[in-house]
Amino acid sequence: MAGLGDQGQTIAGWGNIGVPGHEVLSERLERASADAVLSRGLGRSYGDSALPPPSSREVLGTRLADRILSFDPASGRLRAEAGLSLHELNRLLLRRGYFTPVTPGTQFVTLGGMVAADVHGKNHHVAGCFGSDHTRMVRLRVADGRILEVTRESHPDLFYATCGGMGLTGHILEVELDLKRIPSPWIYAESRRIADIDEFLAALAEYERFPYVVGWIDCLSRGRKMGRGILDGGRWATAAEAGAKPLPKVPSPSVPLMFPNWVLNDLTAKAFNTLYYWKHLAKEKKGLRHPDSFFYPLDMIRHWNRIYGRKGFTQYQCVIPEDSGRDGVVRFLEALTAMGGASFLCVIKSCGPESKGTLSFPRRGTTIALDIPARSGTQALVDALNRVLLDEGGRIYLAKDTFTRAEDFRRMDPRLEQFQAVRDVWDPERKLRSAQSVRLFGDPE
Amino acid sequence: MRVAILGATQGMGRAIARLLAERGDQVFVLGIEPEELARTSADLQAHSPSHMPVGAALCDLADPSTFAAALDAAEADLGDVECVVVTAAIFATQDTLEEDLDRTELLLRLNFTNTVVFCEHVRRRLLQRGGGTLCVFSSVAGDRGRKPVVLYGAAKAGLSHYLEGLDHRHHEDGLRVITVKPGFVKTGMTAGLKPPPFAGEPVAVAASVVRAIDRGTPVVYAPGIWRLVMLVICALPRFIMRKVGF
Ligand SMILES: Cc1cc2nc3c(=O)[nH]c(=O)nc-3n(C[C@H](O)[C@H](O)[C@H](O)COP(=O)(O)OP(=O)(O)OC[C@H]3O[C@@H](n4cnc5c(N)ncnc54)[C@H](O)[C@@H]3O)c2cc1C
Ligand SMILES: NC(=O)c1ccc[n+]([C@@H]2O[C@H](COP(=O)([O-])OP(=O)(O)OC[C@H]3O[C@@H](n4cnc5c(N)ncnc54)[C@H](OP(=O)(O)O)[C@@H]3O)[C@@H](O)[C@H]2O)c1
Repeated sequence: MAGLGDQGQTIAGWGNIGVPGHEVLSERLERASADAVLSRGLGRSYGDSALPPPSSREVLGTRLADRILSFDPASGRLRAEAGLSLHELNRLLLRRGYFTPVTPGTQFVTLGGMVAADVHGKNHHVAGCFGSDHTRMVRLRVADGRILEVTRESHPDLFYATCGGMGLTGHILEVELDLKRIPSPWIYAESRRIADIDEFLAALAEYERFPYVVGWIDCLSRGRKMGRGILDGGRWATAAEAGAKPLPKVPSPSVPLMFPNWVLNDLTAKAFNTLYYWKHLAKEKKGLRHPDSFFYPLDMIRHWNRIYGRKGFTQYQCVIPEDSGRDGVVRFLEALTAMGGASFLCVIKSCGPESKGTLSFPRRGTTIALDIPARSGTQALVDALNRVLLDEGGRIYLAKDTFTRAEDFRRMDPRLEQFQAVRDVWDPERKLRSAQSVRLFGDPE
Repeated sequence: MRVAILGATQGMGRAIARLLAERGDQVFVLGIEPEELARTSADLQAHSPSHMPVGAALCDLADPSTFAAALDAAEADLGDVECVVVTAAIFATQDTLEEDLDRTELLLRLNFTNTVVFCEHVRRRLLQRGGGTLCVFSSVAGDRGRKPVVLYGAAKAGLSHYLEGLDHRHHEDGLRVITVKPGFVKTGMTAGLKPPPFAGEPVAVAASVVRAIDRGTPVVYAPGIWRLVMLVICALPRFIMRKVGF
């Protein structure tokens, strides 16, 4: 990677809050990772996880390294280069009866990014995380230059630190996992309109009969209507339910330009939330759904992040532990609505047990995710939310974070010490680092 | 269709090979590194709906003595080769080449002389079987001498010229010659460069190239807008070309 300079470029996560720097794409990860400080997939992490540290300004872009190295149509075992996107995998294998065991809410992510963030999906309560619970092997370029095949058996510490380790343990070159057989490419789904938070929490528990569950709440409504929203549950349709219906291709229009910053304000957010709620006129809906609209509703509009304008936005995602119970969730929502954290989308779901990934985000409890436009008050809002979260004993998700302070993160996630201990073994000099690890983990600039 | 591809391990060649494999065409890949060829074969097999294995053979543009054996291997594997696609080439910036005569010599030899020699092997074989398609990647850089691509552009100009002549001479004999002229496309070849407006994606280029192969379209600009851009650039008077940077 010849020093090309920045040519005035900036690089940003999905939240569009940029830093000086650029991405160097390569199809040959083995060669290109030799002296890179960080790998970056499709840049769908919202904050600074996939951004270079200030002194380096260059990350290795993996998305062209996307070959499938082996696929066994009988067992579903797949080995592929780390830049392969979930979108491509779904396009090829859904119709052949295979699906990833865990999917995030967008398919524009790479296998490497899915392992590095140890992503969770609507099925977390039954399936856990992508990396620590389903990945069999990662081929990893570690800081001293060696390339290792890392499994839970061969290097347990390194394997679990890599799952959820946000690229800080090594460059993932290849990923091996077993895909899940599905009975048809269609989803059978039920959804329900829900009046308030108590009904929501009860329905979330009831919907756990579905392998896939997620809810959306209107976080702008206060008082009696606080926590109203829509709950979605689903499972793969059986072959009989689906019939022989092939999946149609879904068109995906794009937001062509950055919106001006004023477009998104409290008023438009409120209107959107109200509309979304009443769009679900019937109390309950049931039937077959296209997997794209079920799993990836936001992918329907490409570049939707541009509606937040040039100043960008952040997503605040936290998990409130089960011990805090209903009251913990209510306290958090009350704090949020009181602070007027206008949000287009606020997503809620129950998480299953904590995975073994050293820094994996999910733990048993309720996770809430909300988009917040970046403005002058955003830092204060995140700080305030983090104070509430710390009182509940919860933690935030690194893949979404831009504003959390190092001391708050350390208090939320005591596992950081264990993670740093693994890095001390494999990368004592902190050759591998990101803008986020400089901000949160005290890495050298 | 049965297609042999030189350059399928990366970039636009990879995208074309995938598209063909995905729609059930039989492909065979030619390249320099056995390990890379094996990985590409596996990928193409996974893209094929019937999970068809994909064969490979060594073929080095730098070494014309490998050409005949490589094409023999393709014929043996596919039974009959109906179409040959050449995307392989090397690139270096004008600044780099001006500092390095050895590299200049290599680039001119690979991208012009040896590519033409490879095409001559293919021409004979296709004519012998009564026709077929030869699809070769040149570049918009060959349309006019320009500051940033004096040497690379010269080799591509020569190649475009050869391909056009070949089309004129052998169209009646059933030889379909397709000259692809990409503009800036985001592949490993251009990874270090800042993408200009209208930069293309390999997958979109592949779709238009496969369409051209199916229809026998002789010249393809990809992305298509470059046809217009080059029309304008070729019409600009010399005194302007001396002033501007492109
Ligand atoms: C609309 C939307 C919905 C989402 N929904 C969910 C969800 O439901 N659940 C969930 O868990 N997440 C969700 N996410 C977050 C997303 O899944 C993660 O941020 C994921 O890591 C993005 O993958 P990527 O390939 O874009 O990685 P990037 O964003 O490019 O990188 C993310 C991290 O992975 C590291 N990384 C990437 N590739 C490699 C590699 N080859 N080797 C080593 N490290 C690597 C980077 O250094 C960085 O730390 C969502 C994001 C969006 C935009
Ligand atoms: N990208 C652009 O913007 C652009 C613009 C105009 C024209 N073009 C032309 O379009 C074509 C494809 O470009 P691309 O961007 O797809 O290129 P690329 O990504 O760099 O791929 C080049 C391919 O050529 C192969 N190759 C290199 N040297 C070789 C040799 N000595 N023998 C055999 N194969 C060799 C490579 O094989 P390995 O994998 O083994 O290295 C690789 O498969 C080229 O002819 C290029 O000049 C490209």
